[in-house]
Amino acid sequence: MLTNRSKIVVKKEMNFWERIYLPAIFGGTLITIKHLFKRKATIKFPEVKREVSVVYRGQHVLKRDEHGAERCTACGLCAVACPAEAITMTAAERKKGEEKLYREEKYASVYEINMLRCIFCGLCEEACPKEAIFLTDRIEPSDYTRKSFIFGKDKLVEPVDKRIDVTKRQTPAVLNFKKNKLFSHNR
Amino acid sequence: MIALLTYKGILVLIVFTITLAVAAYSTYAERKIAAFLQDRIGPDRAGPFGLLQPLADGAKFFFKEEIIPNVSNKTLFILGPSIAMLTALMAGVVVPWGNELILGGNSYLLQIADLNVGVLYVFGVVSVGVYGIMIGGWSSNNKFSLLGAVRASAQMISYEIAMGLAIIALIMMTGTLSLREISLQQVGGVGGHWNWWNVVYQPLGFLIFIVCAFAECNRTPFDLPECETELVGGYHTEYSSMKLGLYLFAEYINMFISSAVMSTLYFGGFNFPFMHDLGLSANWITVLGTVALFLKITFFIFFFMWIRWTIPRFRYDQLMNLGWKGLIPLAVFNIVLSGLISLYVHR
Amino acid sequence: MTAYLFYFLSFVAIFSALLVVFSKNPVYSILYLIITFFAIAGHYVLVNAQFLAAVHVIVYAGAIMVLFLYVIMLLNLNKEDEPHKSYLAKIAAVICAGIMMVVLVASLRGTMQTATKSGSEIGFVNNLGKVLFNEFLLPFEISSILLLAAMVGVVMVGKADHTTQPQDKK
Repeated sequence: MLTNRSKIVVKKEMNFWERIYLPAIFGGTLITIKHLFKRKATIKFPEVKREVSVVYRGQHVLKRDEHGAERCTACGLCAVACPAEAITMTAAERKKGEEKLYREEKYASVYEINMLRCIFCGLCEEACPKEAIFLTDRIEPSDYTRKSFIFGKDKLVEPVDKRIDVTKRQTPAVLNFKKNKLFSHNR
Repeated sequence: MIALLTYKGILVLIVFTITLAVAAYSTYAERKIAAFLQDRIGPDRAGPFGLLQPLADGAKFFFKEEIIPNVSNKTLFILGPSIAMLTALMAGVVVPWGNELILGGNSYLLQIADLNVGVLYVFGVVSVGVYGIMIGGWSSNNKFSLLGAVRASAQMISYEIAMGLAIIALIMMTGTLSLREISLQQVGGVGGHWNWWNVVYQPLGFLIFIVCAFAECNRTPFDLPECETELVGGYHTEYSSMKLGLYLFAEYINMFISSAVMSTLYFGGFNFPFMHDLGLSANWITVLGTVALFLKITFFIFFFMWIRWTIPRFRYDQLMNLGWKGLIPLAVFNIVLSGLISLYVHR
Repeated sequence: MTAYLFYFLSFVAIFSALLVVFSKNPVYSILYLIITFFAIAGHYVLVNAQFLAAVHVIVYAGAIMVLFLYVIMLLNLNKEDEPHKSYLAKIAAVICAGIMMVVLVASLRGTMQTATKSGSEIGFVNNLGKVLFNEFLLPFEISSILLLAAMVGVVMVGKADHTTQPQDKK
């Protein structure tokens, strides 16, 4: 009733033309034949990619800082924030001589996201105090086994020579939001 | 004698190959047409425009794991799809694929056998075709399969009657049961010889015939024997690998043959309009006639698919009502009408 | 050639007819019966009666046997739940069948000599039609009335069933 489009179903006796089906079938064929010449809605995926929003939430990335050290400090806030419980990690202490590799004294020796559990809500990105995890506009690749959907650090951490740009996601509003953790849903 | 046999053998091989090729590409056409009618693109990955898709599907069918259920009746389980395929291929024998070619003084008829009971032969083969489905459905030892088989048999029998009655009206008009003679009677169309196609004289008969053809081929809106929403896969629920492939192939071959029969009986067969006004030699007219026949067949196959993706499935009681209370009385009326007209108008 | 075909078809017909009687599973019986019908249709073709052959296949193999198969599939008869028949019934059946065979042989013995030669065209549709509607018009029409009576009977039986069913449900 809200839209004023609801119709009351009337079960009335069909008249002769309705009972012999043929006019209705003819009308149906006309409708379908019109669709033969319509523009197709299909997007041929690997060749043509659908346009996505700049803040599209796809496959995660673990960022490095400007010197190439991993930003993640294995605080576990992302794992706590994750509603699907897809993130697990093991923390380890940074040894001497590893300062180039890890930014903080503590780092994640194992960091795994189960991509089959992940719902791509972006709460991990929001929870992260170190600007280490981001969702990107990359689409996760398909595969044949469940095991291969548990992404480890080898797939998540960005390569030093092939940085992944997330500056589009770090708009002033987002940065402001990040500073005021009070706004967050999961303080 | 030997030369004739060799020629017929080659013709059989050609018809066999063409039938299989048409059936294979019907699967492709079905998917493409379904896609286009639903604003999609359809298979386009195997080869240009997906044209190699049927080959890929066929290869897949051959390499799939073959499962024969333990509780099934193995002999009959294998016999079922074989009969379905055999009867589907047999019907192509009497269809006149073209007029005669005259090469080096010998005339070569583009028809494997010109039986004087050609129409009845097609009919007999079609009516035997239901055994493939019934045996397959029963021997699977599965309730869904059995129900599919039972539905198929009831449906086939019901619609065969109406189809036969529709053809009787046509035969009263043509006075022959030979498909070649029926084709030859419709020579020309518009042009030098004025012979309308039979559909002009028998529109009601054609309508009944095409509806029954849909039912006989188990095509939507009458695909109740395999209706997946109710019976999983119907009679071929338990089938896998190439046996399933044979069933699916048989369905498409049936569609091809019934399109050919419809074109021959009602749409002039290998004749096309102005065929004698183009000033071509007889052989060229024959070749063009075969092309025309295949164009008509293509149209009918397209029509089959077009209807499939337009109309929802009938309910079983609606199907029976339509067959027994709708089409059969209508067909009888058509016979009476044809008889009266040929008695009083054409005299 | 024709003689060999005749013997082959006769062998197939008689062999599968025997299998109809001897097979335990009713579905197999029906399938063998269908093969028998096809062999007989082959005989018709041998005497150049193509119309009869086609109609035989359509009516017997294509329609009546489908209905038989239909009923047996629906009832799902197996050899386990086949009712055990007494010896008296079996002996009675054998005697009845034997008498039937004697009658058939006796009645067909005289017609052997008048059998049509394989070259004649009596089996073609137009010849057959002329014979049916001239010489044998009365038997033809009487048999059609017989079929009509059977059809009316079927409708009556079906109707009676229809009216009693709602009462059963109550």
